[in-house]
Amino acid sequence: MKKFKWLTLSLSVILLLAFGLMSCTSSNTTTPPPQTTTAPPTQTTTTPPTQTTTTPPTQTTTTPPTQTTTPPTQTTTTPPTVTPTLAPVNLNGAGGTFPAPLYTVWFSEYAKMIGAQINYQAVGSGAGINQITAGTVDFGASDAIMTAAQQSKAEAAGGPILHIPMTSGAVAIVYNLPGIASEQIKLTGDILAKIYLKTIKFWNDPLIAALNPGVTLPNSAIVVVHRSDGSGTTFIFTNYLSKVSQDWSTQVGNATAVNWPGDIGGQGNAGVAGIVQKTVGAIGYVELAYAEQNKLPWALLKNAAGNYEAPSLAGTTKASEGVTLPDDMKIMITNSTNPDAYPICGFTWILAYQQQKDKAKGQTLVNMLWWAIHDGQQYGTTLDYAPLSAAAVTNAENEIRSITYQGQPLLNK
Amino acid sequence: MNYDKSGTSQKSRLPAQLSDRHWRLGDPIFSNLTLFFALVMASLLIGFIITLSTNAWPAIKQFGIHFIFNSTWDPVRELFGALPAIYGTLLCSAIGLLIAVPISFGAAIFLVEMTPSWISGPASFLIEMLAAIPSVIIGLWGLFVLVPHIKPVETWLGHYFGFLPIFKGTVFGGLGFLSAGIILTFMIVPIITAVSRDAIRAVPDTQREAMLALGATRWETILRAVIPYCRSSLVGGVILGLGRALGETMAVTMVIGNSYKLTASLFSPGTTIASKIASEFAEAAEGVPMGSLVELALVLFGITLLVNVIARLLVWRLTSVKAAKE
Repeated sequence: MKKFKWLTLSLSVILLLAFGLMSCTSSNTTTPPPQTTTAPPTQTTTTPPTQTTTTPPTQTTTTPPTQTTTPPTQTTTTPPTVTPTLAPVNLNGAGGTFPAPLYTVWFSEYAKMIGAQINYQAVGSGAGINQITAGTVDFGASDAIMTAAQQSKAEAAGGPILHIPMTSGAVAIVYNLPGIASEQIKLTGDILAKIYLKTIKFWNDPLIAALNPGVTLPNSAIVVVHRSDGSGTTFIFTNYLSKVSQDWSTQVGNATAVNWPGDIGGQGNAGVAGIVQKTVGAIGYVELAYAEQNKLPWALLKNAAGNYEAPSLAGTTKASEGVTLPDDMKIMITNSTNPDAYPICGFTWILAYQQQKDKAKGQTLVNMLWWAIHDGQQYGTTLDYAPLSAAAVTNAENEIRSITYQGQPLLNK
Repeated sequence: MNYDKSGTSQKSRLPAQLSDRHWRLGDPIFSNLTLFFALVMASLLIGFIITLSTNAWPAIKQFGIHFIFNSTWDPVRELFGALPAIYGTLLCSAIGLLIAVPISFGAAIFLVEMTPSWISGPASFLIEMLAAIPSVIIGLWGLFVLVPHIKPVETWLGHYFGFLPIFKGTVFGGLGFLSAGIILTFMIVPIITAVSRDAIRAVPDTQREAMLALGATRWETILRAVIPYCRSSLVGGVILGLGRALGETMAVTMVIGNSYKLTASLFSPGTTIASKIASEFAEAAEGVPMGSLVELALVLFGITLLVNVIARLLVWRLTSVKAAKE
């Protein structure tokens, strides 16, 4: 027995070391685009508690790689007498997991240019809203528009809060039907709502068959897959269903998590993609990037103009063209009237207070946002984010211009 | 102390004053230190209850006792009820225990009573290593290996035993209560085995020898002498396993299917309290939705506490019965 005790001891020490080394390397490198199949769910679920307990923002700025903390302090002392522009300082942000891969690339590229760190914690849109409301971060990020209650709470804490669109993404309807390839199934919003309401239960339902002449639909039950965690993807998807189906809007509604009539919940985009991939007869909704990476067949959807569209970046950008966008950009572009638009897509926003309390931080923030909606857009396409339409960029520019410090606009462009 | 001739040899080697001084200083410091640590633990528990209750207050105020009996979870209309989650938690744990207890007891008896030590050493080492596997890994294994294999089993059960409500209904690709219960089995078998192996090993050999001397077979010896002797420890091991099963989050979330429904069928997807909290915590809005999630945590806390109390009572009763018999 004693021999084995030593064996256990040495084995566990080796294991611990291995895990420690692995976690070290993974925390040093910037998080890659969402190729990982199952890591996202574990990350998203385990992070929030630790973050909420340890967030004094001043600490988090000093902890990351130590070399970079020195330049801002040196430069802040020298220039202010000459020009009103202050040197860039470190920023902290928190919010949705959907834009996280893009933000990671943006912020590391931008940090190289300005010599200051921009940290982004992908903790979920809801947690991002909570953190910007509590003032523990300099900017929030969300895939959903803040609710009236959330907005009034944030306004009480720090004045008007802006929703500045950064990029947009599409939600693909994916399925698993052996012998039926991608884009062979056509669906309308109403039928999709009926499937998710469980009123259409079989693939060879007359309603589906009528839309798809020439496709031999199997007589198998439709296994409806949804997100089990609250998410911006679900917000966009249920927003679309609420717009196209009266039944959905009254029975279920639109939120980051809803009371699903449907069957199975998967954790994160990866979870839904995984379940659809393994379950014959399944239908699910995932962000375009996950559908492409997992080579899942997707359905063509009928848009508001009556055209059947496949999910695409071009179709997503089109969704915000030719429609009137409000100045505050709090708009869901689902079911767009543009004839070339893909119907299930939406913006993702960065949330920032209109009245900044720290001049240096405010300036860094507006310059970073300006860069993101112009030069930053090019990074999106390779990561499956649709660039903003010209109209959206104009509105976003006006929003960034309206950010002030003590009544003075922070952006000099 | 030094005058004590039968005292330990180590102590008598030390100079008299040194050992005395250390003894006088160290004793109160040590006892106060341990008292402090004990108080820290106790206050932590009370702190948990207070924090959970205050955070859950919006939900408690809104729903009262109906929270436990209501079966909808609707973040849009802000209607929350815990019944499907409580049901799922208890059902999965029950399935887990039902499969794990015979396996564990069998393995423990085999390791202590049947095998020569050159097998039992490595075998118990391997079983203990099973306990060291992180739950995410077990969950992944469940998702990629167990779930696809369990689907035909479920279809078969549904075909031949479909008249039973627990085996009735659609098979959703293997994700559901049954898979979650089986995954829990893997997680609690090592604990129950380790505890019951130690319990059985602690039974004095005289008990066995007496039984064998009376002409009992090996089977009778184990059943009539060994197991009754360590009954309370075996129950303790089962309760430890149950404790882990109730709180297990990650692995269960991956295979249970996360549907908030109250169904008798073992094949249908469901949810547990822990997996519901893990799924929705990041995106829950302040106020009633967040309060409801915290109240779920409070309910889980209550269930665990209840299980512990029942276990204590059971162990206490078993030991008193044994004492009365003797």
